[in-house]
Amino acid sequence: MKSLKAQNSFLVDAHRQIEIIEHGQIGEFALVPFQQKLEQSNLFPLKPSGIEIFQVNIGKMCNQTCRHCHVDASPDRKEIMTRKTMQECIEVLKNNSSLRTVDITGGAPEMNPNFGWFVEEIAKLNRKIIVRCNLTIILANKKYNDLPEFYKEHNIEVVSSLPFYSQDRTDRQRGSGVFEYSIKALQLLNNVGYGKEGTGRIVNLVYNPAGAFLPPSQQALEKEYKQALNQRFGIEFNNLFVITNMPINRYLDYLLSSGNYESYMEKLVNAYNPAAAINVMCRNTISVGWNGYLYDCDFNQMLELKVACNSNHISNFNTNDLNKREIIIGQHCYGCTAGSGSSCGGAVA
Amino acid sequence: MNEHYYNSKDLAKFGNVTEFQKELGEKFFSYYGEVFKDSELSAKEKSLIALAVAHSVQCPYCIEAYSSDAFEKGWSESQMMEAVHVACAIRGGASLVHGVQMMNKVKEIAM
Repeated sequence: MKSLKAQNSFLVDAHRQIEIIEHGQIGEFALVPFQQKLEQSNLFPLKPSGIEIFQVNIGKMCNQTCRHCHVDASPDRKEIMTRKTMQECIEVLKNNSSLRTVDITGGAPEMNPNFGWFVEEIAKLNRKIIVRCNLTIILANKKYNDLPEFYKEHNIEVVSSLPFYSQDRTDRQRGSGVFEYSIKALQLLNNVGYGKEGTGRIVNLVYNPAGAFLPPSQQALEKEYKQALNQRFGIEFNNLFVITNMPINRYLDYLLSSGNYESYMEKLVNAYNPAAAINVMCRNTISVGWNGYLYDCDFNQMLELKVACNSNHISNFNTNDLNKREIIIGQHCYGCTAGSGSSCGGAVA
Repeated sequence: MNEHYYNSKDLAKFGNVTEFQKELGEKFFSYYGEVFKDSELSAKEKSLIALAVAHSVQCPYCIEAYSSDAFEKGWSESQMMEAVHVACAIRGGASLVHGVQMMNKVKEIAM
């Protein structure tokens, strides 16, 4: 499977994606505008509550090509963050102590040749570091085999996708063989203490629905995951984050090609939860793109919707300016406010 | 007649039955909500039971609702089909077991 970009899909044009998300494929699909829902919840315009999480997408290159990927990441994607831009990120962190957490994502962030250097530099600044590791990268090549030790050494919190505790659903979404390698990788993480009680080493798993539906209860599913993974493979982990799929890039492509787009969007809108809207992650997170531009979240980043203020690049990062901005919203935002809500840290309500 | 008697969009109107009889309708939905909560059986287990019963009573709305709900709650296609076979076996068995009645009667009157 190739990325949408390599296939020259019409969805490569972010403006076209936004048109579809807002009005459907032929422009006649209308649901309650997200803005209207926020107005009813007294949340419009949506404003930051204070940026604490600095999420950096260091590249779209990945060893996997998952069917639901909102990044359209793949081995054929070459966009990766340069060391110069990373250095600018480090400077921003040095000058802004309020940015307590650095959340490194991709693609497979480990495939960026400067990943190790970047993590080591951030670790010197005494910040909480999260790496979104797809698990299989640990076994993809010999040079990545020591990642569990590297994570441990730098006290990194690992967040890893495992769409289900069975092979069938996981491989359907993430590719053939992914489940088997993910299990092996989790066992390697467990071997160095990750997920084990009392070690302080955290590995959290992420569930994404493998289809056109919303996630079930996070609490109930976490219990099932823990039981199944422990009984079958002796695996331990800390928390399960349940994340709603976003109608962006490859998941949008799936929804359109399977005829599920309209019913999925209706599900999202009907499940709008004001309590989740209060806690949307864009209120305390800033998202940095591989080329240094700033976005309200990783989803707006993929839709190329830069933050609506002058400080829209890492080279002119200004916390005051960013904290005063209005967050850009659209119909895709329903993905974060449906049901118990969804964020990079799972449910929010 | 071009219209289908069952329309999947009508499922969303289920709650409207309270328009004609508010008190009983509200009591039913309250009860229904309680039934499907996690309790001695999990909501996931109840969803699979509902799927099997839906096939047994052959309710198109229930089949649509619980096919989605059971899959969303993590049951696999083969587990769901086994549940349908349970419904089928009980329905089929219910017919077949009455063969005993037939045999009783025939033996009673036959020479």
